[in-house]
Amino acid sequence: MRPFRYQHAPDIGSAVSALAEAPEAAYLAGGTNLVDLMKLEVAVPDLLVDVRELTSDRIEAHPDFVRIGAAVTNSALAADPVIRRRFPMLSQAVLSGASGQLRNLATTGGNLLQRTRCPYFQDLNTPCNKREPGTGCSAREGFQRDHAILGASEACIATHPSDMAVALAALDAVVNTEGPRGPRAIPLVDLHRLPGDEPERDTVLEHGELITSVDVPQLDFATNSRYRKARDRASFAFALVSVAAAVDTADGVVRDVRLALGGVAHKPWRATDAEAALRGAEASVEEFRRAADAELAGARPLPGNEFKIPLARNMIVGVLSELSGVPR
Amino acid sequence: MDTEITLVVDGVEHSLVVDTRTTVLDALRERLGITSPKKGCDQGQCGACTLLLGDRRVNSCLMLAVAYDGANLRTADGLADADMHPLQRAFIEHDAFQCGYCTPGQVVSAVGMMQEMREGEPSAVTADAAELSDEVRERMSGNLCRCGAYANMIPAIVEVAQR
Repeated sequence: MRPFRYQHAPDIGSAVSALAEAPEAAYLAGGTNLVDLMKLEVAVPDLLVDVRELTSDRIEAHPDFVRIGAAVTNSALAADPVIRRRFPMLSQAVLSGASGQLRNLATTGGNLLQRTRCPYFQDLNTPCNKREPGTGCSAREGFQRDHAILGASEACIATHPSDMAVALAALDAVVNTEGPRGPRAIPLVDLHRLPGDEPERDTVLEHGELITSVDVPQLDFATNSRYRKARDRASFAFALVSVAAAVDTADGVVRDVRLALGGVAHKPWRATDAEAALRGAEASVEEFRRAADAELAGARPLPGNEFKIPLARNMIVGVLSELSGVPR
Repeated sequence: MDTEITLVVDGVEHSLVVDTRTTVLDALRERLGITSPKKGCDQGQCGACTLLLGDRRVNSCLMLAVAYDGANLRTADGLADADMHPLQRAFIEHDAFQCGYCTPGQVVSAVGMMQEMREGEPSAVTADAAELSDEVRERMSGNLCRCGAYANMIPAIVEVAQR
């Protein structure tokens, strides 16, 4: 690991200023991804500013939204009774990620900012445009099983690893930040970027912009929601494909729906085309399949991840059927 | 970058000067001679380094010691008083290890896991779990065993969790 300085900041403003003056500095929260990347020397900050005590570790329930402090641990979020009652898919998504030990350390803000687990990104001996822009993408000619089928570019086919973010994307969550240019509120679906020709930038955040909380707007039918994850082992593995969905049906018709996919893109993938196809449609396996196909029509798989198209289609149909009470 | 910190490990306070790069695991093993937490993968994947931070289980290999100044930590050594902890006894009675390298982490993780269950925290399988062993398997997935002693470990933990 490269040498670095470590400091606490007395308040958020001081933390933001500290990073503004240090272009190679980083914030430290749970550290479960950052410390690992520092050991690998994929991340080489010269200063860590510890922000664990600067942002809230509380979940505040309001009638119109729930505010999750950035320092809320993954375990506390998943176990929270309000989250479990109002947004079951969010609790399920968090519990389907990492291990008990990691969820006790990992925070809400850090979870959103974790880096891809693409093996080439983590291996200093291989080219990677995300780690070292301009060197090329090893995954395009290599191991592609975990990689993106939607929204990828010539430069990068990495996926975003978070499960939590997929549920938050479906729920229209908003990320609150404090940065060098003051506070702002970013819709979660706009926080993460598609790779384009700048895959080194995972998010739209500026250097030194700190996530302070995440707001989840009230959505009554989210009580009928589900997160399902397919992976290569039964527990403690990243998603091949995951589906977060909430459905509101009446008289056999889909009145409203929220749908997002994980494991398929550089960002949590809000399935807007499928949602548009579903609203007002009959709640049936045929319509669910049609909606899934509408979303997956833009998929551009590589030989190593073609299987993700039928997998995603079947998972979308399965989750929507379950939530709508439609027999398969 | 040297920094002075204090760690309370199994009830004993230790003051030491560490480089900022030192993990809690390395501080315990290399500096304080506390070797029951083991270094397996050093990447948070195997669970051999599991400690209790307060009463929460954590991977000490991913914790920078400077960030845990003053922390109250418990290792497998500190679980026993005059008698062994019931989980330690159950691991012996069930022959729940072979080489034993992962065992301290497994036992500490199981203690943390049972506390989480007592507090009503769900797991990914809680809604569908038919048996307590399903819960234990899911909740212990952060601890790997290269010898494959799971077949005896799961019943050992289930037996204690049912008491």
